[in-house]
Amino acid sequence: MSKVSSTTSSSVARGGAYVTLAPRNEVLEVESEAQLRTLLSSLSGVDAVGLEARVAKLSTRSLKQSTKLTALDLAISMVDLTTLEGADTPGRVRSLCHKARRPDPHDAAVPNVAAVCVYPDLVSVARDALAGSRVAVASVATAFPSGRASLAVKLADVREALAAGADEIDMVIDRGAFLAGRLGRVFEEIVAVKAECGAARLKVILETGELVTYDNVRRASWLAMLAGADFIKTSTGKVGVNATLPFALVMLEAVRDFAEVAGRPVGVKVAGGVRNAKDALRYLVVVNETVGARWLSADYFRVGASSLLNDLLMQRYKQRRGVYPRSDEFSGD
Amino acid sequence: MSDDQLQSRLGALIYDAAPESTASVQLRSHYGLYVDGVFRDGAENQHFVTINPATEETLASVTQASAHDVDLAVRAARRAYDDVWSTMPGAERAKYLFRVARLIQERARELAVVETLDNGKPIRESRDVDIPLAAAHFFYYAGWADKLDFAGFGPAPKPLGVAGQIIPWNFPLMMAAWKLAPALAAGNTCVLKPAETTPLTALLLAEIFEQAELPAGVVNILTGDGSVGAAIVDHPGIDKIAFTGSTEVGRQIQRHVAGSSKHLTLELGGKGANIVFDDAPLDEVVEGIIDGIFFNQGHVCCAGSRLLVQETIEDELLRRLTRRVEQLRVGDPLDKNTDVGAINSAAQLARVEEITASGELEGATRFSSSCPLPEKGFWFAPTIFSNVSQSQRVAREEIFGPVLSVLNFRTPDEAVAKANNTTYGLACGVWSEKGSRTMWVAERLRAGVVWANTYNRFDPASPFGGVRQSGFGREGGRQGLEAYLDV
Amino acid sequence: MNGAFVRSESGRSYEIVDASGTFVANVARASRKDVRDAVVAARAAQAKWWAATAYNRGQVLYRLAEMAESRRDELRDHVALAEASEAVAAVARAIDRVVWYAGWTDKIAQVYGSTNPVAGPFFNFSHPTPSGVVAVLAHPTSFEGLIDQVMAPLAAGNTVVVVASERHPTPAVLLGELSVTADFPPGVLNVLTGSLDELAPVVCAHEDVDGVDLSGVDDALLGELRSLSAESIKRVVRAGFASDADSLRRLRTFIETTTVWHTVGQ
Repeated sequence: MSKVSSTTSSSVARGGAYVTLAPRNEVLEVESEAQLRTLLSSLSGVDAVGLEARVAKLSTRSLKQSTKLTALDLAISMVDLTTLEGADTPGRVRSLCHKARRPDPHDAAVPNVAAVCVYPDLVSVARDALAGSRVAVASVATAFPSGRASLAVKLADVREALAAGADEIDMVIDRGAFLAGRLGRVFEEIVAVKAECGAARLKVILETGELVTYDNVRRASWLAMLAGADFIKTSTGKVGVNATLPFALVMLEAVRDFAEVAGRPVGVKVAGGVRNAKDALRYLVVVNETVGARWLSADYFRVGASSLLNDLLMQRYKQRRGVYPRSDEFSGD
Repeated sequence: MSDDQLQSRLGALIYDAAPESTASVQLRSHYGLYVDGVFRDGAENQHFVTINPATEETLASVTQASAHDVDLAVRAARRAYDDVWSTMPGAERAKYLFRVARLIQERARELAVVETLDNGKPIRESRDVDIPLAAAHFFYYAGWADKLDFAGFGPAPKPLGVAGQIIPWNFPLMMAAWKLAPALAAGNTCVLKPAETTPLTALLLAEIFEQAELPAGVVNILTGDGSVGAAIVDHPGIDKIAFTGSTEVGRQIQRHVAGSSKHLTLELGGKGANIVFDDAPLDEVVEGIIDGIFFNQGHVCCAGSRLLVQETIEDELLRRLTRRVEQLRVGDPLDKNTDVGAINSAAQLARVEEITASGELEGATRFSSSCPLPEKGFWFAPTIFSNVSQSQRVAREEIFGPVLSVLNFRTPDEAVAKANNTTYGLACGVWSEKGSRTMWVAERLRAGVVWANTYNRFDPASPFGGVRQSGFGREGGRQGLEAYLDV
Repeated sequence: MNGAFVRSESGRSYEIVDASGTFVANVARASRKDVRDAVVAARAAQAKWWAATAYNRGQVLYRLAEMAESRRDELRDHVALAEASEAVAAVARAIDRVVWYAGWTDKIAQVYGSTNPVAGPFFNFSHPTPSGVVAVLAHPTSFEGLIDQVMAPLAAGNTVVVVASERHPTPAVLLGELSVTADFPPGVLNVLTGSLDELAPVVCAHEDVDGVDLSGVDDALLGELRSLSAESIKRVVRAGFASDADSLRRLRTFIETTTVWHTVGQ
């Protein structure tokens, strides 16, 4: 099926049970669906109550003063500023890109966001609007958000986005296939999309709200990483349950364990439902205490959001000046 | 700001100090005894100070009760029992207890801060565990006061009379609630002695009783050293002794009441085993082990102080565990981000240090967190002993500190045999994703509490207490009423 | 002891006489080592007795009642040594008591157990478990009393070491015999005869005995025996013989409450 960087398959058992802290960049061959299934079912289970209790405890962390300022800037730098609506227009995308380059026109110290995320047909608009900036263009592809299309259509979708200048592709997995146990199909689709991506960064959307259980999310995370994902991403933002702290924790544990086994850090992106600074800082705390410093950068952690950015800016303003800004201080883009 | 600047400033997120405000707290410089509804000085006018174990600073001066004060308190309790409390309809007793529960909730912030100052435990724990559970306990037992007929002990069960209650320093307010709430609900009156090093929240609770207009003498609170406890145990006017503390003192108390008709319940020491099978949810296991032994600095009678891990995953679990222990934030208990606080007293620190030294001498492998420790106060870095054999002291004796001993097993039978290989029997943990095996193990563990895929959980509706030399009697639940009824 | 009838390891015995002084029997005079052996037998049998289903324990106790019924006359003659003209009624009441306890074995968990509505995502239940090995210092004269003392801990899944009435030990010995024919597993019920002054302190001080029923002991001995029992934090009961409430107090003394928490999640 595919070669990924790892130790032997048995060494991945129980989330990297037999490896030392030092990564070993060995090669794991996923040879068959049966082998993949064995590997994923050997991962340690997740106790929902314990997981949620851990998150609840981490949510009591109190970030004050310089820590809070640092974290707010960090969060801004990790935002994938997103618009994924049927009503999106070139004008709408351009104003979003403007905001992405300079989130606060009055304060040059505010970092730019990580990326702007749009549908494939608007990639070229975003590409032009972001020319000369450090902001990446990300595009959802592969029949987003449902993924209900043939592989040929999905690959065409990806090619189109890349041709228009996308730096990053946010693909969706086939949740139906995953839930039906057709793991090989899910795996092969990711491998195919990854091959299509070439140097572009591939984010694989698990749609955790449809996978429902933490065990499923852990297995899907490993599956995506083994298939070559550069990022694993929680959600499309288009279903009832989007990113949650417990889902993020499961995925962060998976990338931590995968990095130990495979020697390759995979990023995590949370998307949907992260609306205010308080929520965003809670995610950063979970990142900080689960995978540590290396993941505290836009290279390895992203937050897909639209309204979040203004709240981050407002909290930043308040933290620096001691007062809250006017409600129209920051643009509505 | 350039990316490089941002990157270098960021690194790992270092948390700035986030101390809980002490503005809600106005400690008096001196506290008297709470007897017959008033605060009064002791008959012999002796005092001692209670200190903050995290800083060694004095918090307040507290009265050392004498035998005479014990006598006054018991007489007051007897009068209150005869004249007011035992004859009051249960529904009326309930109202007082509900009111106390509410007042604890209203003063929760203040109580949490004082608990942390006096005990050394992290504010996160006093705020999220101790104080809410204390209120919940009063709330739960309030509801029983007028329903005793339906508690399963026959119609119209009678209270015992005057209860003498002696509590430890590890959960000062929570233990007071565990003792007082069921006793009062059942119609007893009480003489409570908080621990010498942690008297303050019990005295604040006395203020709450005043606020709730609890009739005089229904609860009396005597502060002091072990001599006060001994005087309570020996007082002929006491009908019931309830004690939480060490097995050694429990044994002495049981001997002392042997010649009398006093009723007795004991909640004593433990050496809890946390059993981890190789199919357990490993990430949650790690957190459960941490909660099991480092919650409240390991000053927990039911602490999971022995980790029994299936040999197949021992190395992997130890690796994850030590990595996690390195992350624990040890320090200022008032800081909201502190995970592990101060050891409660110099004496307890000395005991933990002594037995830890024995672990090294006996050949166990020691790992201690490299966390920095404050210079003032009593501190001990979270510690794990591996390569421990069952005969070593660190595997047999209750350490009552942040020290974990790791042993392994090969089969479920062996796990159960090792878990039960102790004279104690308070609590155990079982970790597995296989329900049938968890139940199989739970049936065979000689312990009063079994936590499956969790550890150190408490609830007023859940009976708590030990078997064998961890004591007898239960606190919590319907079963907890039995300790205060003549049935 | 352990399902067999053995002489005292000390080889000692003493004579039992009736009210008129006529010789009735020689019985073994147990020693400290016999106590040790009886406790070992009881400890070894306990896990299995508890592992049997409550239904099965009830059947075994009921079978004991049937055996007693079939040897009612013999029992009456032995009970009469202490209880004279009351013996017929005493035996009848005692057998009824065995039946009463036989019916308790599979009710205890339902009456004394509970599921507990804790404030969190946990399934939490409390179930009664036996204390372990219980020593019974038998009522000196009442057969019904002896039966109540023995049946309460047995019904709850404990195993028992009885120190029989010193003056009137033969009903207890006969009870031991009946238990073997009633298919009690060896070691579940062990009966020692001998000097109470000699055996009681040994039993109470024995660290592998988890509980002791002192209901048959004079007030004079009580303080010392309780004090000895404190060394290993024994459960101690001294209850009357007048009512069901007394019996239930006995029963409750030798059950522990074990509370199990299990997480509940998808």
